[in-house]
Amino acid sequence: MAHIAQFDVWIPNDTAEAREVQERIVSLMEQNAWPMRDCFGVRLALEEALVNAIKHGNRMEPDKKVHVACELSIDEITVVIEDQGEGFKLTEVPDPTEDDNLEKPGGRGIMLIRSFMNGFGYNDKGNRLTMSKKLGVANEE
Amino acid sequence: MSTGTRRLELEEVGDVTVAKFTDKKILDEGNIQIIGNQLFALIEEDGRQKIVLDFSNVEYLSSAALGKLITMDKKVKAAKGKLRLCAIRPDIYEVFAITKLNKLFDMKDTLEAALAGL
Repeated sequence: MAHIAQFDVWIPNDTAEAREVQERIVSLMEQNAWPMRDCFGVRLALEEALVNAIKHGNRMEPDKKVHVACELSIDEITVVIEDQGEGFKLTEVPDPTEDDNLEKPGGRGIMLIRSFMNGFGYNDKGNRLTMSKKLGVANEE
Repeated sequence: MSTGTRRLELEEVGDVTVAKFTDKKILDEGNIQIIGNQLFALIEEDGRQKIVLDFSNVEYLSSAALGKLITMDKKVKAAKGKLRLCAIRPDIYEVFAITKLNKLFDMKDTLEAALAGL
């Protein structure tokens, strides 16, 4: 599928910068008439993924950066977010919906990304997330 | 009370405090911290016991905001108070449902329903 838009950028380890990239990506979707529901899900997934990269991956260290690559086609968007941290193991993240964890304030970001995106996966090291969303397709999870 | 821009509009309805979020997006950690401080002050400084959080302006919120709401719920319970959430649009409700927080929070469709019998 031909790309409508494609870009990649290194951003400083700062959530305000991350939000500008988030806005750029969602604006691309809106300009190409993606449904509001898809835009909502992708915006939320980007927010969670970028905050995770900055806060947990790069541990808020100001000298680190985050790489964001985005490809938009007519019916699919793919975003790759890579931080310069040590990575993590997805299997070690506790399930926030377990009764024992339900009242704990953290740990919901990854669950929201998985739910709102159709494709989701980390590299082996755990510092690069690839996530994708197909136009108008709700996740079965 | 924290310094900074007010992120909540407060209204007293009988013995219930209605706190309406003024932001469309509750994403930024700094804003969430301010909102949290204003919410916690209702319980810890003002001694309010019945609180309704009105989400009618809110179009986006992140998991960081959910975390703050969970802490708020704990503080209300510790003070033997009551907390209800209302006027949450479907997209946002889905965020609560996915994370199963709709089981933790008392959520009503409208402000009127939230005020009834609190």
